[in-house]
Amino acid sequence: MLGSGILKGLAETAKNFVGSYIDESGLTTIEYPDERQTLAENTRQFPFLVFDGDDAMKGLRCVSCQICEKECPPQCIFIVKSKDKKPDHVGKPQFYPATFDIDLSVCMSCQICVEVCPFEAIKMDTEFELSTSDRFGQLLLHKGQLAKPNSHFQEIHPTDAAVSDAALAADKAKAEAKAAADAKAKAEAGIPRPLASSPEAVTIPPALGPPNLPM
Amino acid sequence: MSVATESPAPRNYEVVPKTSPEGSELDGELLEVAMGPQHPSTHGVFRMDVVLDGETVVKLKPVFGYLHRNHEKIAENTSYLGSMPYTDRLDYFCSLTNNWAYALAVEKLAGLQVPERAEFIRVITAELTRLQNHTSVCGFLLQDMGALGTPLMYAFREREKILDLFESLTGARMMCNYMRFGGCRCDLPPGWLDRVRKIVGDFPQFLDSYEALLNTNEILLARTQGVGRLPRELAISAGVTGPMLRACGVDYDIRKVDHYGIYDRFEFRIPLGEQGDVYDRYMIRLLEIRESLKILQQALKEVPGGPIIDPKAKLRSFRPKVGEAYGRIEGPKGELGFYLISDGSPNPYRYRVRPPSLINLTILEDMCLGQSVADAVVTLGSVDIVLGEVDR
Amino acid sequence: MEQIDQIFVHLKHGVVAFLPEGLQPLVSILISVTAIVLVFPLLFALTTVLERKGLGRIQNRPGPNRVGLPRLPTLFPWLPKLRLAGFGQFAADGIKSLTKEDIVPREADRVVHFLAPFVLLVPVLLAFSVLPVGRNMAALDLRETGLLFFFAAGAATELSVFMAGWSSHNKYSLLGAMRAIAQMISYEIPLILSSLTVVMMAGSLSLVTIVERQSGVNFGFLHGWHVFTPWGFAGFWLFLIAACAEANRTPFDLPEAESELVAGYFTEYSGFKFALFFLGEYLGLFAISGLGITLFLGGWLSPFTFLNWMPSWFWFFFKLFLMIAFFIWLRGTLPRLRLDQLMNFAWKFLLPMTLINLVVAALWHFTNSWNPALRWLLGAILLTFSYWILGRGFEAKFRPRTYRYAS
Repeated sequence: MLGSGILKGLAETAKNFVGSYIDESGLTTIEYPDERQTLAENTRQFPFLVFDGDDAMKGLRCVSCQICEKECPPQCIFIVKSKDKKPDHVGKPQFYPATFDIDLSVCMSCQICVEVCPFEAIKMDTEFELSTSDRFGQLLLHKGQLAKPNSHFQEIHPTDAAVSDAALAADKAKAEAKAAADAKAKAEAGIPRPLASSPEAVTIPPALGPPNLPM
Repeated sequence: MSVATESPAPRNYEVVPKTSPEGSELDGELLEVAMGPQHPSTHGVFRMDVVLDGETVVKLKPVFGYLHRNHEKIAENTSYLGSMPYTDRLDYFCSLTNNWAYALAVEKLAGLQVPERAEFIRVITAELTRLQNHTSVCGFLLQDMGALGTPLMYAFREREKILDLFESLTGARMMCNYMRFGGCRCDLPPGWLDRVRKIVGDFPQFLDSYEALLNTNEILLARTQGVGRLPRELAISAGVTGPMLRACGVDYDIRKVDHYGIYDRFEFRIPLGEQGDVYDRYMIRLLEIRESLKILQQALKEVPGGPIIDPKAKLRSFRPKVGEAYGRIEGPKGELGFYLISDGSPNPYRYRVRPPSLINLTILEDMCLGQSVADAVVTLGSVDIVLGEVDR
Repeated sequence: MEQIDQIFVHLKHGVVAFLPEGLQPLVSILISVTAIVLVFPLLFALTTVLERKGLGRIQNRPGPNRVGLPRLPTLFPWLPKLRLAGFGQFAADGIKSLTKEDIVPREADRVVHFLAPFVLLVPVLLAFSVLPVGRNMAALDLRETGLLFFFAAGAATELSVFMAGWSSHNKYSLLGAMRAIAQMISYEIPLILSSLTVVMMAGSLSLVTIVERQSGVNFGFLHGWHVFTPWGFAGFWLFLIAACAEANRTPFDLPEAESELVAGYFTEYSGFKFALFFLGEYLGLFAISGLGITLFLGGWLSPFTFLNWMPSWFWFFFKLFLMIAFFIWLRGTLPRLRLDQLMNFAWKFLLPMTLINLVVAALWHFTNSWNPALRWLLGAILLTFSYWILGRGFEAKFRPRTYRYAS
C-alpha cells in the first residue's frame, strides 16, 4: 500500500538513531583534536631529509644529485649543489646540498622523490598538521627544517626503515670490505697513505652561506 | 557539444512548446537562469545555462572548463612516471582506477608484463574503488533529491572504511598514486587482505539497509522513474559508457569486452536497465556493487605470492620505444582511456585522456528538455560527474 | 499539584493585582505577549540545536557538541572549558548572524526587502495568541473565531514570502516564491478541511472549548482525544501532512529547495534578516504543531487519567516536542517532492481524503447510539478503502523494478 516504502525508510533511520546511542560502531565520528586516529604505517604527507648521527648538517644523506628535483612532478624541490664535498655514510666524499628547499604549497605528497632517490636520503613524514599563518615565508621549508634524524624515520615507518637501514648497512659493509682490501693491497705494496675513507682525512670547510638564487 | 546536436537519434520526448503557433498575449517571458558555477547541486564548478518556461527546461547549455588544469599539456612535459600522481586528480573519487588505466596504456606502449600478484591487487583495489564510488554517487543523487545528507552519510561511513584500507596500502586516502608501469608500487601490508575480507563480508549487510532506506520509497520512485530518460540509440551514438549506458539496456562492459587484467577469470554478471531513466541508473549502480562484491570475494580467495612489479620496469629514465597505445578500463563512471604517443623521449609526445564524465555529460540537454528544473538537477546527479575529470 | 499547574496564571494575576485598576488590562496583555515572545523563540533556539543533533544521530554522527560557555581566560583562568553538550550553539549562531554583513542586492526593492522578514514574524506570533498552552493559559480566548483567527494569521505569511521573493530581484528567489505561494495556497485547503472535522464534532471554533471537549474518558483511563477516533486519526495525519507543507518542511521544502533553488525565496537574505526568516519558519512550525495538538491530540490534556497530576503546560510542550521530533525524523529520511507531484498530491489525494473524512466524521456523529466497535470498524473500513483507491493510481504508475542480467 502507498506509504509502505516511506515507513521502511523511517524505520531504517530510527534504527540508526537508536544505534548511535547504544552501539559503539553506530557513531563513527572521531572528534579530531580530542581524539586521534593512529595513522597507518604507510601514511605519507610531506618529505623530509634523513640525516645520520647528531648533527643534522653534517649527517645529511643527500648528496645533491638533483634526481628528485628533476623527477618531482609539480617541481616543488629546489636544490643548489655545494662547491665542496663531505664524506657520506661510507666515507666517500660527496657533494651536499647547499640549499634544499621544498615548497609545501606546491608539493602534492606523491612520494615520487622518495622512490627515485638512490641514497635513501628523502623520506615521507606522517605529520599532517602543517598549516602556518604565513603563506609565503613559512610554506617554503629549508634544509634545516626538512632535516630529521634517522631515528624519526625508524619510528614512523619501521618496516621501510628496516629495509633502508639494511641496504645502507650492506652498502657500508661492502665499502669497508673494499677499503680494507684496498688498504691491505696498498700496505702490501708498501705505499703508506691515509685511508680515503677515514673521516679525519677530509677537511670540511666552514659551511657556505646560502648562495644567491639565480633569479 | 557537437555529439549531441548532430545525433541522428530522434528526440521522442515531449517538449512543451512555449507559445502556441499563432502566439498569445498570455505567453510570458522565458527565464534564463545560470545554475552554477556556484550552485549547491552542480557538483563543483559546473554551470548549466538553463532557459525556463515557468519551471520547465526549454534549453540547457552545459558549460565546462572552470576547473581546467591543463592536465594533458602538463603530462606531455613531464616524464611518464610524473603523470601518475596527476591522474589521481582527474576523478578524485577513483584514483586507483585512474592509475590503472594510465599504467595499462604505458604498459602497452612499453611492452611490460604485469606479474600475477600485481594483477590481483589491481582488481581488488579497482573493485573497492567501484564500491565506494557507486555508494557515494547514490548518496549524492539522493542528496540532490533533497534527502538531506542521510543516505550520503551512510555511504560515506562505508566509504571511510575503504579509504582506510587505501591509506594503509598506498599511504593516502584519495590521491593514492599506487600503480606503477608493470605492477604496483609496494606490496600489501600484513593483514591487509583480512581487513578487505571483513569489509567485503560486511558490505552486503550495509547494502541491504541502504536499499531499505529509500529504494521503495514512494517519493524516490516518483522523482526518478521516467525522469531524465536517455534513448538507447542516442546513448550509443553519443559514446556514453558505464552504468549510464547499461541503464539504457546496452550490454557493454569493458571488463567483459576487453578482458583486460585478469577479469576473464572471475564470474560476474552485468545488470541491464530497460528505460534508461534516473531510477535505472540508480538501481544499476546498486546492482553493480553486488557484482563487484562477487568479484572481490573470488579475487580474495586466491591472491598468489610473487613479485609485484615487472623486473624490467625502470623507474627512472623510462623511455618507451616509439609508438602509440590506447589503454582503457571500465572505470566506475564508464570507459576511462588514456591515449599515448611516444617519440622515444622521456616525455610522451601526445597524451590524451578519454574521460567518461565529460562524454556522459554531453547529452545532458537531451535528457533534461521538457522536464522541470528539479528533474534537471536529479538528472545531473545521476550522470555521476567529477569535475576534475570533466575539465582536466 | 494544582498550584504548579496554575503557577504561571497565579503569577500573572499576582503581578497585575499590584497595579492600579486602569493599568491592569494593559499590563495583563503585555505580560502575555512577553511570555509568547520569550518562550517560543527560546524554544526555536533549542530546536535548532536539537534538530542538528537529531539529524546528526540519524546520520551516525554526534551533531554540534563543541560550543558551550565561552572560556574567559583573563577573568577565570581556572574555569574548565564547559561544552554543555553543544547547547551553546544557538547563542554562537545568533551572535554570528547579528554581526554578519547585511547584504542587500543593488537591484532589490529595498523597502520591501527590508520589510519581508518582519511581515513573516508578526502574523506567526499573532497565531500563538489563541493557542491554549495549558489550562487557563490561552492569551486570547476567541469564543467565536479562535480557529479562524489562527488560519487568517497563518495565511498572512504568504504575503511575506512573496515580498521576499519578488523584492530580492533574483531568479531563484522568484522561483522559490512562486513555488511557495502555489504550495501554501494548495495545502491551506486540506489543512482547513481536516480541521473542519474537529469543528464539526466539537461544535465550536474556540480552541479552548475544543480542548475541553476532548477531556472525556474512555475505558476508564484514556482521555477522549480526537485522534482516538477513525475520523480523528485520519484527520490528524492529513493535518500533519498539510502542516508539513505549510511549514515548508521536508518532504515539502520545495520553496527553499537547496539543491535546486539555492535557498529559495530567502536566497538574497543574509545576517540577521536571514535569522529572522529562519525564526519565522520555525515559529510557524511550532504554531501549526500546536494547533494540531490542540485539535487532535487533546491540547494540554494528559493521555491517561492517572497522569492528570502533571501540569497541563508540561503536556502541551511535551507533545510539541514529540511533534518537532517527528518532523526532524521526517527531515532526516525523506527526499523532496517535485512541484507538479506536490500539487497532484494536494488536489488528487489530500483533498478527496479530507472530504471523505468529513463524511466519516458525520457518520460517526449520527451513529452515536451504535456499538463503539462497530462504529470504529465502519469508519476505519471507509477510510482505508478510500486510501487504497486513491493510492492505487500511484502504485500503477510507479513501482520498484526488477532487472535482467546480460547473458
